[in-house]
Amino acid sequence: MSVIGNTVLHFSEEQAMLLDVAREFCRDKSPISRVREQLETDSGFDQAVWDEMVSLGWTGIALPESCGGSGMGIASVVPVAESMGRAMLGTPLLSTTLAAQLLLRAAGESQAEGLLAEIAAGIPATVALLENEDWGDDNLCCTVDDTGSLQGVKKYVADAAAASLLVVAVRHRDAPALAVVRAEQLPEAAMTPCTLIDQTRRAATVDFTGVNVSVDALVTGEDVAAALRDFRLLGALLTAAEATGSTASCLETVVDYLKTRKQFGRLIGSYQALKHPTVDILTALDDGRSFVYHAASLAGDGPLDRDAEIACRMAKAQATDTLCYAGDRAVQFHGGMGFTWECDAQLYIRRAQWSQQQFGDARHHRKCLAALLLDT
Amino acid sequence: MSVTEQELDEFRTEVSAWMRDNKPADPGFLLPQSFMEVGDEQQLEFLREWQHKVWSAGYLGMAWPKQYGGGGVSPAFQAVADREMRRHGVPICFNVIGLGWAGPLINDIGTEPEKAKYLKGILSGEDVWCQGFSEPDHGSDLGNVQTRAMRDGDEYVINGQKIWTTMGNFAKYMILLARTNPDTQRKYDGLSYFLSPMHVPGIETRPIRKITGEYGFTETFFTDARIAADCLMGEEGQGWKIAMQTLQYERGAEAGAAGGLAMVRVTVDDMIEQLRDVNRDGEPVLSDPVVRDQLVQAIMEEKALALGDRRTAVGALNTDYPGSLPLSRKLRISEMTRRMRQLAINLQGADGALYVGDADARQGGFWQRAYFNSFSATIGGGTSQVQANIVAEHILGLPK
Repeated sequence: MSVIGNTVLHFSEEQAMLLDVAREFCRDKSPISRVREQLETDSGFDQAVWDEMVSLGWTGIALPESCGGSGMGIASVVPVAESMGRAMLGTPLLSTTLAAQLLLRAAGESQAEGLLAEIAAGIPATVALLENEDWGDDNLCCTVDDTGSLQGVKKYVADAAAASLLVVAVRHRDAPALAVVRAEQLPEAAMTPCTLIDQTRRAATVDFTGVNVSVDALVTGEDVAAALRDFRLLGALLTAAEATGSTASCLETVVDYLKTRKQFGRLIGSYQALKHPTVDILTALDDGRSFVYHAASLAGDGPLDRDAEIACRMAKAQATDTLCYAGDRAVQFHGGMGFTWECDAQLYIRRAQWSQQQFGDARHHRKCLAALLLDT
Repeated sequence: MSVTEQELDEFRTEVSAWMRDNKPADPGFLLPQSFMEVGDEQQLEFLREWQHKVWSAGYLGMAWPKQYGGGGVSPAFQAVADREMRRHGVPICFNVIGLGWAGPLINDIGTEPEKAKYLKGILSGEDVWCQGFSEPDHGSDLGNVQTRAMRDGDEYVINGQKIWTTMGNFAKYMILLARTNPDTQRKYDGLSYFLSPMHVPGIETRPIRKITGEYGFTETFFTDARIAADCLMGEEGQGWKIAMQTLQYERGAEAGAAGGLAMVRVTVDDMIEQLRDVNRDGEPVLSDPVVRDQLVQAIMEEKALALGDRRTAVGALNTDYPGSLPLSRKLRISEMTRRMRQLAINLQGADGALYVGDADARQGGFWQRAYFNSFSATIGGGTSQVQANIVAEHILGLPK
């Protein structure tokens, strides 16, 4: 058995259709000028665009039809995530999708049906997981007791301010559990917005201490731990897909500049010192896209198996390392312009640092991959 | 020609059994990993015999026309045979320039007499082919070929010099790019393409000793060498076009090759396996966190190539930069191979400094030799730097 293992890559008609629709939608709704308009707003996204995304059914792509979704699986969210990354389009779509996956996988379709139906209908949601900077830390210090009272602080909660539902990973009787908190249950001043390096994003620190949830808002049981693990892997996959899209438009920005900017009497794109690293971005982007759609091919509705885990980790490691490289070179290759706020390279280099740190950075995933691949 | 899955499955079983039963025993000398490493008569005769055997069994040239020694069946069968050869780790089919480049060219654009004269000998291994493209002063710049071919009655008189002629000293024929007209406005228009015999007065070869200490290439000198005028392929002035078509076969961008294993594949698995008993700082090298990170990156590089091949087949995922994956493939695979082999030596500890011939060298110095030989692919057929220019200009549209 080769260490290369599974190399399946399917691309369904649903995925192809969604890729077409989503690319066109994101291009229309999120030109760079609109992205820039949102940089310093509180919400970070345009409510009207979000409403349209909801009416297109995007919050329910991977949810069962019984909950009002379209039952196409997480694989069909991948082309949408890639298209959003390409247009640097914010909105809480990915947080919402991942929160729904966590609930679905931990509680099952029947127990979570009501919440999932709300999400499919467009109620934004998110997951509150991290308590410190370490994505590799599985310990949970936040707790819920038998009366339903929560205690503890969650950090880096993506799209927390936009979310109506917050799925909080907590410890209950020394086992992982999920507490579903509604935004209106949060005390005033519970939420402290983060100042993020990527201004197209929003996140917050949320103090859940003192919030009380009812029994039916608590998900416990054996499936929670596995669901949390799959949530991390699917988050890695969607972040990778999104980063791959952003790399593609970053590369376009670089290539456009290299084709028009003249120095010393020559188009700068004719210099091999710029040409060859630009080809490196292209080939790394090609690899990232291959990994992402390979992982999409393996990530089904059931618990993710070893091949799927390997694929998601590889996709994340490849895609965000590539975006970091592309963003870094984009700034450098724009010369003095690249050092300015006005130059779009700043959007990509900032997005790159954000993406790298979501759901574990490349080193984290390669470390996990080493254990999966080398210790047989 | 439609082929059913069942037919292919049955064929797979058949060819797999044949390879298992006929795989030659270890000859007791180092066998070439690629056709660029055939250094002596002993290796040549061993490989010639093996290729003849594969062809006689019907597993080579399966898609070439029957009347020229081929099998006349769908290329799908050859693909199955090639996979089985790779899987069973049998020796290479060494006559690669004939099987993979000159042969498909002759098949596609050659005349009936040319097909009748050349194709069968290519398949049987009797007629070894070499390529006369590169010249000493302009390796990757084929448009600048200076070797002259002057028409004189029924003959052409050839003068000049070629270099990096793989198996030049063993070859019976050469695909030769030479200048028939030095006065054209565009340098490309003065080139012509020949299917030239090698065993004529005035053609001499001198083996080149490689970085590995072994042989495999020659310099080839033409001094008033006379070849028949009908060795010209196509017409005078078409040399550039035909050479570019040859490169398409060489880069695997165009189908038509006779098949056969061109190169023994060394995978990242092989590299990891050879490290299992190596220690570093008192611990197994495979437990070193830095090494583990590098190995995972090597695995990912190899996996990405395999996945890229899969993605090439999905049209909807190739609309951004069409042709990007196939056109960059040579660059990626050759650079990946070089890096992997270099890493393999670096991780051997003090053994990494041993070489072929030392009794303690790991696997007889296989990785050291393989690392040096890997440069033939990052340099030959257009250096990686030229390949990167090609990708930049053709795929990204960057200026020359």
